[in-house]
Amino acid sequence: MAANLARTGENQRRKRGAVEDFKRAFTGLRRGETIAGYLFLAPNFIGFIIFMLFPICFAFYIMLTDWSLAKEPQFIGLKNFDTMVKDRIFWKSLGNSFYYTFVAVPTGIFIAFWLALALNRKMRGIIFFRTVYFLPQITLTVAAATIWRWIYQPEIGMINHILEMIGIDGPKWIHDTQWAMPSVIIMSNWQGIGFAMLILLAGLQGIPEEYYEAASIDGASGWQRMRYVTLPMLTPALFFVIVTSLIGAFQSFDQFYVLTQGGPAHATTPLTLYIFQNAFSFFKMGYGAALAAVLFVIILIITIIQWQLAQRWVFGFENDE
Amino acid sequence: MAGLNARQGGGFGQRQSKILMDLLVYVVLSVVGVIFIMPFAWMVANSFKDIRGIYQYPPTFIPEVWQFQNYTEAWTLTHFDLGFLNSAMVAAAVVLGQLFTASLAGYAFARLRFPGRDKIFLLYISLMMVPFTVLLIPLYVQMRAFGWVSTLQAVIIPFLFTPWGTFMMRQFMVTIPRELEDAARIDGCGFFRTYWLIILPLTKPALATLAIFTFVNTWNSFQWPLIVLGKPKVKTLPLLLASFQNQSGMRTPWHLIMAAATFVVIPVLIAFVVGQKYYVRGIVTSGIKGGG
Repeated sequence: MAANLARTGENQRRKRGAVEDFKRAFTGLRRGETIAGYLFLAPNFIGFIIFMLFPICFAFYIMLTDWSLAKEPQFIGLKNFDTMVKDRIFWKSLGNSFYYTFVAVPTGIFIAFWLALALNRKMRGIIFFRTVYFLPQITLTVAAATIWRWIYQPEIGMINHILEMIGIDGPKWIHDTQWAMPSVIIMSNWQGIGFAMLILLAGLQGIPEEYYEAASIDGASGWQRMRYVTLPMLTPALFFVIVTSLIGAFQSFDQFYVLTQGGPAHATTPLTLYIFQNAFSFFKMGYGAALAAVLFVIILIITIIQWQLAQRWVFGFENDE
Repeated sequence: MAGLNARQGGGFGQRQSKILMDLLVYVVLSVVGVIFIMPFAWMVANSFKDIRGIYQYPPTFIPEVWQFQNYTEAWTLTHFDLGFLNSAMVAAAVVLGQLFTASLAGYAFARLRFPGRDKIFLLYISLMMVPFTVLLIPLYVQMRAFGWVSTLQAVIIPFLFTPWGTFMMRQFMVTIPRELEDAARIDGCGFFRTYWLIILPLTKPALATLAIFTFVNTWNSFQWPLIVLGKPKVKTLPLLLASFQNQSGMRTPWHLIMAAATFVVIPVLIAFVVGQKYYVRGIVTSGIKGGG
């Protein structure tokens, strides 16, 4: 209460001060610094307004129109969203985005976690392995997907050949409605695990050695040290990896476009690809923008939920409000 | 005495179990390593095969016939020379532009006092969270209005400004001791000279990180170029690689596609090996900051 009062008082003082500061900023000694500040910021800020802020605002208008680019946009209110609710492929692609995200991200992080633990051991040659695991991450997705498209070929591909050697008759992978999505997920994890692994490894390396020593003195077993030291101390890194991976997974596009083109029978059409098809194959700009808005809202909601949940499980997490 | 012996025995057992564990970890790491390397190895091996080798059953890993001309053939078939030039130009322009705008703005945010500074900074941070997918359609409409569709401007100019890079520059510059600048200011350096002569040299590690990140992202960028670069003349490497595999005839020429993939991947691998330190540090610091 007292703190609150003090804060309001301070705020008022600050407000009065702000006006004076503003005046002072343009006169006397500070004038040069103010002008320099705006000049330094200008190139960045102007570009930022033209190519980010304006398009974002413009998107709100486009999603309320029927617009093929050939003609003038027709304002149709919320009709695009009405169409969406009845659009079977929209629901399919939405389901695909969720399927992809909520299978690829947990499995990827699970594997990355164990790899990071292994790489955190004091052994020779660790950097070599780290580099190897990270190579797919910097390979362009188009090239990676190209390689995998061939690896997945049912007749001449590498995987089915290896499976055959051990007596398994492999599936048709990207040509099979059941297997197409798992194929994309395997390829994406092969490519993306390096990132999660690196962040988790940094998190592990940031845990002070003394904590482990203290736990050992207290007679903690290997499993207990993992449960009561490693995991809690790693939660901030895990949190970051989960949030960025979820956001990234919902925005994945390249691997779907190259590996499966969304097929067979829309089995691997995520929301991003459906947005792309609507806007740039069918030239439905309004509908595409409305779909993009849905994607944005999903990402926003998932991020907010993550931040809310974080208070319960992330070590030392503070929600700045 | 007995107790001492037991403890020694325990110590010996512990060391033994550590060695055993290390061995186990090496085996696991190697197996995983092979899985990670295999697709690359397969790509390179097959880029030297002839078409019969590609479709031969059962397949061999080492080509039976070495066809080095796959590389020249793939290169000319896809007009990769033009693609390389386009990709290199775009990457160079975007990297230099981002370094310039981000470091200038980062300095303004970190050091200069002017009204509205913190509010603008907050705006930058919040717009970092908007997914690029939302921008695709309005930005495309904008490019059409500017007449930039199928020109390289469309993949360069909107990307010269980076909220993420600006944020990173600001975070780095805040940690530089103020005294160095003050000395320069007293010696009569203007703000720009101070930035150029004092701050920029000290910011080199952050600039290197931003440069490598931006290079890799720009070089690999696919979705936006796919939308705005329709004409073959302006296509960048990822676009050429993607369209190359769709114009197949009876039998997909996988040997040529793999040759093409090999030389698209190589510049990025080189950039990574050269700049690995900065790249890894960039990921780690942005990760720790984000998780903080």
